[in-house]
Amino acid sequence: MRIALLSDIHANREALEACLGHAAEMGAERYIFLGDYVGYGADPEWVTDKIADYVAKGAIALLGNHDAAVFRPDAHMNDIATAAIEWTRTRLNAKQQAFLQSLPLQKQEDDVLFVHASADSPEAWHYVTDSAAARRTFEASKARLIFCGHVHVPCIYRITTTAKVIEFTPADSTPVELSPIWRWLNVIGAVGQPRDRLPAAAYAIFDTARNRVAHYRVPYDTAGAAAKIRAAGLPDVLSARLLQGY
Amino acid sequence: MAADIQRLSPGDVIEGFRLDELLRTGGMSSIWRVSQTDADYPVILKIPFLRYDGDQLSIVSFETEKIILPRLHGPHFPHFVAAGSYNNPFIAMEFIAGTPLETWLEQLPLEIDEVIRLGVKIATALQKLHEQHVIHLDLKPDNVILRPNGDAVLIDYGFARHDRLPDLLAEEFDDPVGTGPYISPEQVLGVRSDPRSDLFALGVILYFLATGKQPFGDPMRIAGWRRRLYVDPVPPRRLNDKISPWLQEIILRLIEVDPNDRYPTAAQLAFDLQHPQQVLLTARAEKMTASGFMKTLSRWLKLRRNPPFAGLKRQLASAPIIAVALDLADRSPQLPEAIRTATQGILATVPNARLACLYVFKISRVQIDEMQDETGRNIFLRRLAELEHWSQPLAVDKEKVTYQVLESVDPAAALIHYARENMIDHLIVGARASSTVRRYLGSVSAKIVAEAPCTVTVVRSKAQV
Repeated sequence: MRIALLSDIHANREALEACLGHAAEMGAERYIFLGDYVGYGADPEWVTDKIADYVAKGAIALLGNHDAAVFRPDAHMNDIATAAIEWTRTRLNAKQQAFLQSLPLQKQEDDVLFVHASADSPEAWHYVTDSAAARRTFEASKARLIFCGHVHVPCIYRITTTAKVIEFTPADSTPVELSPIWRWLNVIGAVGQPRDRLPAAAYAIFDTARNRVAHYRVPYDTAGAAAKIRAAGLPDVLSARLLQGY
Repeated sequence: MAADIQRLSPGDVIEGFRLDELLRTGGMSSIWRVSQTDADYPVILKIPFLRYDGDQLSIVSFETEKIILPRLHGPHFPHFVAAGSYNNPFIAMEFIAGTPLETWLEQLPLEIDEVIRLGVKIATALQKLHEQHVIHLDLKPDNVILRPNGDAVLIDYGFARHDRLPDLLAEEFDDPVGTGPYISPEQVLGVRSDPRSDLFALGVILYFLATGKQPFGDPMRIAGWRRRLYVDPVPPRRLNDKISPWLQEIILRLIEVDPNDRYPTAAQLAFDLQHPQQVLLTARAEKMTASGFMKTLSRWLKLRRNPPFAGLKRQLASAPIIAVALDLADRSPQLPEAIRTATQGILATVPNARLACLYVFKISRVQIDEMQDETGRNIFLRRLAELEHWSQPLAVDKEKVTYQVLESVDPAAALIHYARENMIDHLIVGARASSTVRRYLGSVSAKIVAEAPCTVTVVRSKAQV
């Protein structure tokens, strides 16, 4: 089973369409969305409806901090994120808001855990940005494989038998074996707002039969997505960063 | 969980593979000949001794080989057949019906021609390995098998590194992994990302084959491995006077402490081994005693201060072999000039490129014998001089350029063959402008574009069109 893992879409329709198209070409049979469908981008309604469609057809969608902020104001959010969420709230109808509100924080299937942020108190939205944070996630869960998002930069962590946590930046389109000898944490990059200086959208496919994960980068119409953000009157930085991936 | 060697016996079946014969038992695994496979070649099963009482190295190296071997393709690597699960570990792969390099070790030192032949074969296999993103990191005679057709096959990827995958061995172990005589200085320092580490190991192998002695001995402990960082080996000509200065130049260059002082790629090494007259000799060639401790120590200190280690991809990309084919007999000056301009542009992007300038000359069958006499020899030398003259404005370092004359009744076929044999990365050829000539001779460049195993640039002079 090839599972497409998509995270941090952030109301970026162009990026989501590009990734869903790519995943279909790569033979994805199932979809798991790791949260943050809205915030920052100009297409929260379209993206929320799209995710709801996929969920209706059997996909799993988890809750992200920006989704939660739509119905529960988040004091930890910076001004720009807050401005984007306030704008987003005005755009989503009751049904769309109810959909976001219905989403779970995490989902465990056998020895695989899916979660938006660190597995260590998922509702606290800790970032897994380094080995120390990855270790806290490993310690918080018994799952052999953990997939999360939230950071907007793809990364693979492995905890060795001697309890060292080792970080690896995945190469585009190269499947990585998740050897069962170790536990692995995959941070999936962002579909809608990459922050590793590569503007191309990021997502991954986990092949359960072959026990490997491939992280992909998909170029999309960044100029179009950025223009919509400017047209919506959202803060300038939100459009500028899409073009440069920061 | 562990496959117990005592309990395996001929006739046992492991996931459909029937064990026929125990071929070998090593430190980390046993090798069985098996039957009942779908493959149209003989298959072996490598069964690791995995113990969970602390022998992490055998587990990690088994996983590493299981991940890397399926990604390798071509005649220089065993075909991967299947791998067992975590609970039933094995790797099924092609049995290489050939002669292990170890066999040659019984008759050292070898004839020099044989050392060179083996060197070319192993360097070719290494280049193919590096092109597939993998560094072997444990190259030694036990891990090389020569097929009956002469191709070298590299086996055992337990310590290997794939440059696009996590390095399972890197941070799992504090001590370097490798084999005493062959491990490179940078591996001793913990670096596992430089393809030139394999060239160091190949240098040790060639030294051993040519002299019967190991340049750095066979230290068993890591403290002994470190000595190669500051102890200079005895020049091989001191041990075998049949070794020519150019071969010593090559061997000593391969076992330099600093990877930047070695060959940049295995392809460039193979090229020099096949064109000895083109090897630029330095002080290494004439050296008859090992350098003093202080001199080597200063090299080592430089290495430690300023690690030059390059990633695999960058190293290969920065050091291609570029061949440029010219027909200077065609007296129009425009095309050679256009080819030179194109070559200059390509060289500008790749600092470590090797440039092979080829004078391609179409001859009739009758002429072949004529070229052997003195007149022929003079013509040959004049062509080399013309080539050199043509290349002067390119200002390529002397050690990075070679000149050759290719005479053939079929220039296109000769160039394609040359590109394949010399692992050329990029071939630059001129297009004939005159359609009359094309009509009679056929288009050489079109055939090359279609069949050459590399990138081809066809240059056309605008002045001619």
